[in-house]
Amino acid sequence: MMESRLIQAGRAKVRVYETGAGTPLLFLHGTHGILPNDSFLAALAQRYRVYAPCLPGYEDSDDAGALREMLDFTLHGLDLIEALGLRRPFLVGHSLGGMIAAEMAAVAANDIDRLALIAPHGLWLDSHPVPDLFAALPFDLPGLFFHDVALGTRLLTDGLDLEDPKFLADFMVTRARRLGTAGKILFAIPDRGFAERAYRVKAKTVVVWGEADRMMPPAYGEAYLRLLPAARLVRVPAAGHMVTHEQPDVVVAALAALD
Amino acid sequence: MRFIWFHLMPWPHLPDDFRETYRSVWVDIPSRLYDPVRGVGIYNTYLDQLEYAETLGFDGLGVNEHHGNAYGMMPSPNLMAAALARRTSRAAIVVMGDSIALYNPPIRVAEEMAMIDVLCGGRMIAGFPVGTSQDTNFAYSTVPALTREKYAEAHQLIMRAWAADEPFAFNGRYTKMRYVNCWPKPLQKPHPPIFIPGGGSIETYDFCLEHEYNYSYLSYTGYTRARALMDGFWARVAEKGKDDSPYRASFAQVICVGATDQEAERLYSEHVSYFYNRCLHVYPPFFDAPGYRTVKTLQAGMITQLTQARHKELPTLAWKDLIERGYIIAGSPATVRERMEDLIKTLRVGQIYCLLHLGNMPDDKVRYSSKLFAEQVIPHLRSIWPAYRNDDRFWCRPPAPVVAPVRVASVGGE
Repeated sequence: MMESRLIQAGRAKVRVYETGAGTPLLFLHGTHGILPNDSFLAALAQRYRVYAPCLPGYEDSDDAGALREMLDFTLHGLDLIEALGLRRPFLVGHSLGGMIAAEMAAVAANDIDRLALIAPHGLWLDSHPVPDLFAALPFDLPGLFFHDVALGTRLLTDGLDLEDPKFLADFMVTRARRLGTAGKILFAIPDRGFAERAYRVKAKTVVVWGEADRMMPPAYGEAYLRLLPAARLVRVPAAGHMVTHEQPDVVVAALAALD
Repeated sequence: MRFIWFHLMPWPHLPDDFRETYRSVWVDIPSRLYDPVRGVGIYNTYLDQLEYAETLGFDGLGVNEHHGNAYGMMPSPNLMAAALARRTSRAAIVVMGDSIALYNPPIRVAEEMAMIDVLCGGRMIAGFPVGTSQDTNFAYSTVPALTREKYAEAHQLIMRAWAADEPFAFNGRYTKMRYVNCWPKPLQKPHPPIFIPGGGSIETYDFCLEHEYNYSYLSYTGYTRARALMDGFWARVAEKGKDDSPYRASFAQVICVGATDQEAERLYSEHVSYFYNRCLHVYPPFFDAPGYRTVKTLQAGMITQLTQARHKELPTLAWKDLIERGYIIAGSPATVRERMEDLIKTLRVGQIYCLLHLGNMPDDKVRYSSKLFAEQVIPHLRSIWPAYRNDDRFWCRPPAPVVAPVRVASVGGE
């Protein structure tokens, strides 16, 4: 079990997991939150002191009704750095968290000097429409999120019975809290204008993408690179949107190149 | 009792293999299935049916709002209400409603409803639904978790706009207006009666009771399933110390009347089947975008269970099942009378939204069923609530008598 605590970050009280030793790293998780026995956090912990907050709506973090739009979430991310007493942590965001991390690096360009964006949301390409996560059925998720669907099914539903009404009722509440909150920046089109603010980013940046990402097709990696021309794009074979959990060591190695 | 003849205006030409070929009647159904050439006759027939309902003595004519929906072809109920305003003279025009969170700025609702109310001489009832998740979130892209806040703000703006006699500034979170100035204003004072559709959340019960609005439960699954929800409403009425006038509440019911039970089945079963099996074929995730319902409501469990139960049940439902499980009330006038009386007393409601047109039902059958209901059922149910005979708080109040339109002299003066 990782140690964790509740902290007040700006207008939201959130749970923060802390693990590992090394230079400080703030990790903002994706739409799926932090998994039980999270293998990506474990891989990060080999090299960094990892601070992994649960975003509002996840686990027992507040639902934070006062966070309504992109700026609120961006400031919440900066409030987390402040509340944790961190100085220029390595900022790493995956999926939903990557969208927030990119915005933080644009808004507070002088405070974020190292940035890793792992399959971040935040752009829209008409040629590659992002699947509608909000209309997905529970059993669609492993296929949307993982290259290895069997692994995904095990990680997302291990020990759970999708036919059990009690599980479904809890699932509905968890999903409503998580995606209800995430939906404030992802619904209905997960683009809140980062492309127009990207020019402000000063951080040394790596963009990491699973080559088999069906949720955020790899074309979005190219699009991020066009907006952040100084960044490096690392394509990871045999990995989907949850590249963090399918190839954790490859992702950590890509991050380490910024050290 | 009051009876509202309520139209959904469905597309009646969904193909036989609709359920197998398409995942949903709503949100992502391809519009190539719509044919505007056929649409001309369909819209006009539907409006004729509403006008006919007035001649039969129905108290209200109901229209509603849906988007991207082949069973509800009124993206703008206000247009249909305006058409009815000019061609009717007595029945209430129940606009159920305008999904007020979807209008930008929402003053548009205050303006258009005021236009309708004046045009029809004060017969309009204003419905203010939050809107289904299908319409509000999926078809119109409102952020689910912000929908209710946006709705509450729109409600506040509209009510202030109707009440004000001077322009005012409105600094809302979603709407900021320097000059809120509703021209024209509604004829009914202080405002038209307001009906709110609800689905079981305590917040909506309280919202209706606080403002003296009517609570409408619009369901297609019949009154036996509605009992727990309406019991919840009436328990809340008692807790709040309000009187228990049945006119506080309304319910929607699918109704088919024939000369005999057998004739009803023979005439209507295929259309009922079209309605339940094609029109209500909705891809389940569209019912509930995450964040649309409050966690409190989800934890109460009722909606999830009902939704699940409904999806499991609907595919196999035939005429007999639909009657036995109470989804529809159908049969001879005597049968329908008995079931309607049971419904009205069980749920304690003062208004019924009568769904007498279903799916692909042809005009002659719609009129036949409606006429039998008006002539042989309604008269027996009229006086079911004698204690509240004079309660007109929840119904339109046209200034009596409704004035004949006054022609305005030409600008030059004569």
